[in-house]
Amino acid sequence: MATMLEVKNLGISFGGLRAVNAVDMEIEKGMLYGLIGPNGAGKTTIFNLLTGVYKPTDGIIKLDGEDITGKPTIEINKAGVARTFQNIRLFAGISVLDNVKAGLHNHYKYSTLAGICRTPSYRKVEKEMDERAMELLKVFELDKEADYLAANLPYGKQRKLEIARALATDPKILLLDEPAAGMNPNETQELMETIHFVRDNFDMTILLIEHDMKLVAGICEELTVLNFGEVLCQGKTADVLSNPQVITAYLGE
Amino acid sequence: MSFLSYLINGISLGSVYAIIALGYTMVYGIAKMLNFAHGDVIMVGGYAAFTCIMSAGMPPLAAVLVAVVVCTVIGVLIETIAYRPLLEAASSLAVLITAIGVSYFLQNVVLLIFGSNPKSFQSVVTIPDLKLANGTLNISGVTIVTISSCIVIMLALTTFISRTKAGQAMLAVSEDKGAAQLMGINVNKTIALTFAIGSGLAAIAGVLLCSAYPSLSPYTGSMPGIKAFVAAVFGGIGSIPGAFLGGLLLGVIEIFGKAYVSSQLSDAIVFAVLIVVLLVKPTGLLGKKIQEKV
Amino acid sequence: MTGMKKKKLISNFITYGIVIIAFIIVQIMQSTGNLSSMMTGLLVPLCVYVVLAVSLNLVVGISGELSLGHAGFMCIGAFAGAFFSKCTQNTITVGGLRFFLALLIGAAFAALFGLLIGIPVLRLKGDYLAIVTLAFGEIIKNVINVFYVGVDSHGVHVSMKDQFSLGMEPDGMLILNGPQGITGTPKDASFLAGIILILVTLFVVLNLIDSRDGRAIKSIRDNRIAAESIGINITKYKLMAFTVSAALAGAAGSLYAHNLATLQAKKFDYNLSILALVFVVLGGIGNIRGSVIAAVVLTALPELLRDMAEYRMLIYAIVLIVMMIFNWAPKALEWRERYLGRFFRKSVKEGK
Repeated sequence: MATMLEVKNLGISFGGLRAVNAVDMEIEKGMLYGLIGPNGAGKTTIFNLLTGVYKPTDGIIKLDGEDITGKPTIEINKAGVARTFQNIRLFAGISVLDNVKAGLHNHYKYSTLAGICRTPSYRKVEKEMDERAMELLKVFELDKEADYLAANLPYGKQRKLEIARALATDPKILLLDEPAAGMNPNETQELMETIHFVRDNFDMTILLIEHDMKLVAGICEELTVLNFGEVLCQGKTADVLSNPQVITAYLGE
Repeated sequence: MSFLSYLINGISLGSVYAIIALGYTMVYGIAKMLNFAHGDVIMVGGYAAFTCIMSAGMPPLAAVLVAVVVCTVIGVLIETIAYRPLLEAASSLAVLITAIGVSYFLQNVVLLIFGSNPKSFQSVVTIPDLKLANGTLNISGVTIVTISSCIVIMLALTTFISRTKAGQAMLAVSEDKGAAQLMGINVNKTIALTFAIGSGLAAIAGVLLCSAYPSLSPYTGSMPGIKAFVAAVFGGIGSIPGAFLGGLLLGVIEIFGKAYVSSQLSDAIVFAVLIVVLLVKPTGLLGKKIQEKV
Repeated sequence: MTGMKKKKLISNFITYGIVIIAFIIVQIMQSTGNLSSMMTGLLVPLCVYVVLAVSLNLVVGISGELSLGHAGFMCIGAFAGAFFSKCTQNTITVGGLRFFLALLIGAAFAALFGLLIGIPVLRLKGDYLAIVTLAFGEIIKNVINVFYVGVDSHGVHVSMKDQFSLGMEPDGMLILNGPQGITGTPKDASFLAGIILILVTLFVVLNLIDSRDGRAIKSIRDNRIAAESIGINITKYKLMAFTVSAALAGAAGSLYAHNLATLQAKKFDYNLSILALVFVVLGGIGNIRGSVIAAVVLTALPELLRDMAEYRMLIYAIVLIVMMIFNWAPKALEWRERYLGRFFRKSVKEGK
């Protein structure tokens, strides 16, 4: 199997604080990979490093063989990294459909002038965008709410819309930051199925941060456990979760 | 000698800016909002003192005291009625537009009461001018009073913040509102206190400004207000020594600009300073950087 | 076509319709002699304010940035347009063509300045952006105020001192006279031209909002970090909204200049920017049709109710504050949800 994401010796310091140190990770194409660890372990910081929100102090990040270390967020997204956020960040003032169409931004193009003058190319491209966006919404059972303002969706559906929007950018790898946060067991179960479905049908590599151990044990094939910004343990899910060091980190001495 | 007298004039004007800027910077530091109406509180202070002296025949010092009380009350009222409901609002634009509304409100209320004709303000300063270097360098009484009040206010405020409980509460609220509340600090009260102090200082600034430039109209406060905000940003918004430093520098820059470049372009120069500062060092001379959390 | 698209299309046509119907009504009133001379004099300024408000709404409502320097762009457009018309008064004798070109030039210059100012300034956010745009507006006004420009057989002369230091030949013509500004601009502006400019402005703004670029602009407004994460170029789209808005304000300025005997920079002070902001806020931030209506009502009403003129600005101020608290204060929103829920429920769908 080919490697999709390769992280070597990744580290960042904020002032004197070493938030992430010497992290190595290798995620194979098509894998469902989990990043877990106690609060403050540096999980979201790693996501921010992978997506260019922060520039790493040291280390290398390679996506599908291409070096994306320290590139701006936009370029990293164009290279094929899409993400969701721990505290949902939707475009609240536009419709559900437009949220997804915004995600399609770099894949369907016409000029500004064509947009203002409503030329045939505008109509054609907009129609294609509508179709593609509706397809994605159907996957997440959001097609009936396409005309709703994103702000008016219930919480669970907002999480799903965020995933749909990220997928619209046609990424190679999808980063999900606590996708099950705030969900009830039923919704979590449904989410697990959706994540599986996305992996299988979009041929996607998925890296997720999660606290819900049921979800992690249920869908992740491999795990990295972080503690105090460093890798505590890495490997197959079952092995990692039975590792006494991991149990100590989670439950305390 | 003219250089020296420009410099002194600059420091004097700068002292006024500094006093106004203190109000901006304290409010920004604690409520995280740009109180656009702050400049107009200065004008209200000017009118309050004017009325006391001209209509009620009060002695200058009493008039200043009345002006301070009036502005303090107005400041607290503005905060409670207009700003507090929006403190937790989702849009920072809403607060800013409200502040612009308050600024217009004050201007137009004064306009309706006193009319648009500028009033000639009688200086509250009775100290004689100081003549130095065989009379070639003349330092006016107003200048002396302005500069010394600025220094006194600055020292008093620093002491207040570092030595009193209320001052420490202000620091805590500016650092983290939520945490301060959990520590038992009454956030609303602290913010109101900040507005009270800022507005009281604005009254003093208003009286000093009008004593130096004795023409008072409903729009007197808006330009110095904006410039003082420039000073606050220049020094680093949220920082009290920054407001002091920024105010003095800006006053000197303005007077030198007027004297050596062009009297019509002096405002443009002041604003150019703001733009350069914001683009080169957006946190100002003494400010600290804040990063948005993702 | 989805239901929402149809709704939007209809909504846009209503907006155009309102403008056209207003034009027809005014024409009828004028031909039957029912329009007072005061109202007639107000027709072009009305158009100017509508364009100004709509263009500012593109920045404030759609791009979500508070600009307090809009009068500055209008100022640039006004002086560029008037300057052009004065220079070509004798060469281009067709008033309509000259005016059309003057509008374009006004828009182009304002766009250029919008771009130049926008590049550094749009890195700032919120309050800082507001104050910097205000600063730029004031600088533009102050700088134009000190320039003296004349034209003679040797070309263009420029001075920052006074008109005599231009050193012009006797045949020279003084165009820009410092604080006195430009006098004798040909009065090319007409109500019809104003209405056409409004329609063009609406066409550009409404269609831009509903295009791929408009979506990008709105997504940045709603969440900058998320917009970046899906590959949207923040600077480019912020700049686009800002520049288009400046260009339209410039065209409005040029229209304004061709309706005046004397054009002075001091007219374009920060109060004018605030006035435009009042139109935008009262019409509804992000609501283009609202801006049109607010600009017309708030300009015409005080003129019609002369007795109230003194209280006009005071009332504006109070309405501004009340609107903001009613629309944004968490407590007010809660109250609205509880007691007025039924009336606001339909805003759940985006078809307002």
